[in-house]
Amino acid sequence: MWTWIHKFSSPKYFYDMSAKLIPWFAIPALVIGVYGLYLGLFVAPTDYQQGESYRIIFIHVPAAWMSLFIYMVMAVSAGVGLIWQIRLADVVAAASAPIGASFTFLALVTGSLWGKPMWGTYWVWDARLTSELILLFLYFGYMALQSSIEDQRQADKASGLLAIVGVVNIPIIHYSVEWWNTLHQGATVAKFDKPSMHIDMLIPLLLMALAFKLFYAAVVLIRARNEALYRDRNRRWVRELIEKNMNGEKI
Amino acid sequence: MNGSEFNWSEFFAMGGYAFFVWTSYGIAFLIVVLNIVMPVIHRRKVISRVKRAIRREQLQQ
Repeated sequence: MWTWIHKFSSPKYFYDMSAKLIPWFAIPALVIGVYGLYLGLFVAPTDYQQGESYRIIFIHVPAAWMSLFIYMVMAVSAGVGLIWQIRLADVVAAASAPIGASFTFLALVTGSLWGKPMWGTYWVWDARLTSELILLFLYFGYMALQSSIEDQRQADKASGLLAIVGVVNIPIIHYSVEWWNTLHQGATVAKFDKPSMHIDMLIPLLLMALAFKLFYAAVVLIRARNEALYRDRNRRWVRELIEKNMNGEKI
Repeated sequence: MNGSEFNWSEFFAMGGYAFFVWTSYGIAFLIVVLNIVMPVIHRRKVISRVKRAIRREQLQQ
């Protein structure tokens, strides 16, 4: 099994296979995303408390879920890279960081734009908002360590360690609305009894979440392919590939 | 969306929350586009960097 793992996690094998996988994520992401937007903007009823402003939820909540999900992917990959020295795992972690940071930024900005009309302020230093901001800084820290350490192995070790330590922030974000008094509303979907949400609102929300996830899968593969090429730029497989490209072949 | 004609101006007004709703959707769109464009540019850069290295080595031989 060990050789099997190493065969499938070799950057060259990954580079060839991932090209075929990308459209299988990208096309459903587009179709489900467009349908989710249609349901969310045109079909979902007006909220009886928040009026039309609640429609920000179809961006805000999927973005916030992705910020946590991508962080876990990044931290687990970094951990696998640290422990088992699987190079592809470090590649996936490094490729995930900027995407995760962008979704965290989106969750913060849309939350702010939702907070202004509903709470009367763009920002409060409460537990949910602050811990989400710390998540953004964890992504930035990971990226800074990746780009500032010359030796790739050392960079992976240092940034991977930061990613793993930062995992403590994830449950803090999730439970922050229960542990502390906050302006932020409590969970409406991720709880054990029935979600307290109208089904016509819940369906577009879940569709958008699925579309975001598929989108992440597609772009993380694109980024990981770049990362694999870059890291192995002096290895034979990349050289042969680029020489093929210089002779006019598609790569 | 019942009735024969859909009221677009009412739709864009978002019950008075147009600025907040459409800015949110606009930034989301921008983030999606950037997440596609940036890796495509990065890919070109990586490939041309390796090409330059190959040419340099060919000249040295």
